Amino acid sequence: MPTKIEKDVISGRDTTGHEWDGLKELNTPLPKWWLYTLIVICIWGVGYAIVRPSVPGLFSYYHGTSGFSTRAQVTADVAAIAAGRAGSMDKIKATPIEKIGQDPQLQAVAMTAGRITFANNCQPCHGAGGGGRPGYPTLASDSWIWGGKLAEIQQTITYGIRSGHPDARVNQMPRFGADGILKPAEIDAAADFVLSLRAGTKPGPNVAAGAKVFAENCVACHGEKGEGNREVGGPNLHSAVHLYGDSKEAVVAQISNPRQGVMPNWNTRLDAATIKSVAFYVHSLGGGQ
Amino acid sequence: MAEPMQVPIQYNEAVVRKFVIASVFWAVVAFLVGVYIAAELAWPEANLGFSFINFGRLRPVHTSGAIFAFGGSILIGSSLYIVQRTCRARLFGGEALADFLFWGYQFFIVMAALSYVMGYSQGQEYAEPEWHIDLWLTIVWVIYAIIFVGTLLKREEPHIYVANWFLLAFILTIAVLHLVNNAAVPISMYSAKSYAVYAGVQSALIQWWYGHNAVGFFLTAGFLGMMYYFIPKQADRPIYSYRLSVVHFWSLVFMYIWAGPHHLHYTSLPDWTQTLGMVFSLMLWMPSWGGMINGLMTLSGAWDKLRTNPALRFSVTAVGFYGMSTFEGPVLSIRDVNALAHYTDWVVGHVHSGTLGWNAFISFGAIYYLVPALWKRSGLYSNRLVAWHYWISTLGIVLYISSMWVAGIMQGLMWRAYDAFGFLQYSFAESVNAVHPYYVIRWMGGVMFFVGALIMVYNLVMTVRSPSTNLSGSDAGQFGAAGAVVAGE
Repeated sequence: MPTKIEKDVISGRDTTGHEWDGLKELNTPLPKWWLYTLIVICIWGVGYAIVRPSVPGLFSYYHGTSGFSTRAQVTADVAAIAAGRAGSMDKIKATPIEKIGQDPQLQAVAMTAGRITFANNCQPCHGAGGGGRPGYPTLASDSWIWGGKLAEIQQTITYGIRSGHPDARVNQMPRFGADGILKPAEIDAAADFVLSLRAGTKPGPNVAAGAKVFAENCVACHGEKGEGNREVGGPNLHSAVHLYGDSKEAVVAQISNPRQGVMPNWNTRLDAATIKSVAFYVHSLGGGQ
Repeated sequence: MAEPMQVPIQYNEAVVRKFVIASVFWAVVAFLVGVYIAAELAWPEANLGFSFINFGRLRPVHTSGAIFAFGGSILIGSSLYIVQRTCRARLFGGEALADFLFWGYQFFIVMAALSYVMGYSQGQEYAEPEWHIDLWLTIVWVIYAIIFVGTLLKREEPHIYVANWFLLAFILTIAVLHLVNNAAVPISMYSAKSYAVYAGVQSALIQWWYGHNAVGFFLTAGFLGMMYYFIPKQADRPIYSYRLSVVHFWSLVFMYIWAGPHHLHYTSLPDWTQTLGMVFSLMLWMPSWGGMINGLMTLSGAWDKLRTNPALRFSVTAVGFYGMSTFEGPVLSIRDVNALAHYTDWVVGHVHSGTLGWNAFISFGAIYYLVPALWKRSGLYSNRLVAWHYWISTLGIVLYISSMWVAGIMQGLMWRAYDAFGFLQYSFAESVNAVHPYYVIRWMGGVMFFVGALIMVYNLVMTVRSPSTNLSGSDAGQFGAAGAVVAGE
């Protein structure tokens, strides 16, 4: 198609003289504001690239006239936050955990630090407010497995449970069913007995036989009456909440092939004063002793 | 101008019709899945405990469905329509090659979607399909490039229309991006699982070089090609400025390719790379707006058509959203803004103002233009329904992006808030809780957008089926008879 420049009546501009499927183009110059803005931003871009790190080299890079570095910036930011906390956190670190509650100022700091640290680190398993979930103990009742005193909670958080740390709290419930220690009927009876310990439950048919099995196999850790033993981490079986479920099936499963939960040792992630604050906060949730 | 020889070119419109149908089908699927996963975010119980419909697996179904299935189908389909007409040439390679492109591309989409719900993913955004699906797409894409370039080469027009520059940039760059970012080693010939050949921060940089240019060359350049055909067609006006189209085309394709690192601010990516990513993103502002200016200014002298042609309203509003998103993008790429916005729902809102407002709206405009043209109807069944679709969808987008602005800025502020003692003021869980109402509003916006699409489907089906849109006798309608044009002017 030969070039045929036309004048567009509405805009008064010439077309470029090309046409495709009825489409034409005006030969309007670049809008000035558009062109100038583009140029200004490009000039700014060159300036910014001179000030900031911008050009790679073979073994290093151009650092920019400002000496800016993200790493230095984050280091400074973290240091500034730590410096703001330093006074109170050093004091918490130096104060025995039992004495924190005696100083209202220190108590406020420990509760604040403990609450946010708990919410970001512990809540995913233990639930908001330490309410617990199946497999993850409640921290808001007095049915502690490894002890509910301030120092006991602090130790549990610091070293964890079956965490692999040498000072971790460790125990192991035998696999009564999987290893053939008890016969299925005995396990069934033991479950009836265990469930009968809880107030308000209707006793199963084999409570008496279960009591015998219990006395011969379970009392060393769970206590003569199933009241638990915090020295070895044997849970209290009178508790309203069973860690791995309180249906007959769940109790039979736990006796047969027990689940052995793991809690990490937090001393690799949190500093001592923060752990102390978390322990103080957990102690306040309703079950502290 | 000599006397025209009456030699009609029989364009291949059958393949375009197939792509339009596929596009409308995938739009409904992608929007429905989007609505569902928005519900899962607001009410996690909506998972129903099934692994194959959890958020992690359905999200790529939604994103790939919206971008590659809905967007890709209309983009490829309309590009085949545009390239034939603006070159006055039938598609290179004949019907067989075009049909292979259509069915091959649809097969890619189905394979990808099935693999996601089965739990296979490369874990790279917009590049989730595993290696065997990537290989298949490579074959299909090469065929697409052959058809498109072949048609350009045998064109009867002396010049190449601006829409085709953008479409060619889209096809070539997507090929390069796809090949480089998907370089992976399968764990065995018979396993669907593979590992990327890049590691660590290199892998992240290549992924976001890919990811951002999927936005730049698929969702921007490709759809600008669509815009450069359908807006002047619907407005019946010449393109505002040829010179602007040249300058903004070259500046856009040159600058976009460097902008990816802005996705990795404040990470282990070296500072010099972050600086360049931010600088190029800001320089990209005007090149992007060149397309908006050309789109909007093309309407000067034809703004009254917005009252009578609601389909044109979609195309023009799309350009408005395009301008908004391409301003918001550079703003988000500024490091200090990014410190607040990164990892928040603001980014999700930004993406959706682009995909819903720009890509989907420009596609709706094209679809409303194409269906009567391709099925030889006198016009759309109901302009009133188009208007309903327009207003419901627009309101849906407004709900979506404004709720995400509020949610995102709130998240960013909550995450960085410290209390008087120097501890974080809010836990992450509290920030999740705080955005719940906005997630519900976002879901409602999505529902509205989905309802709008259903209205479109009904309107399109009736356009094809209803006797009221029959071409009467010799009446050629607004689109000329039987897809033929007069050659040899």
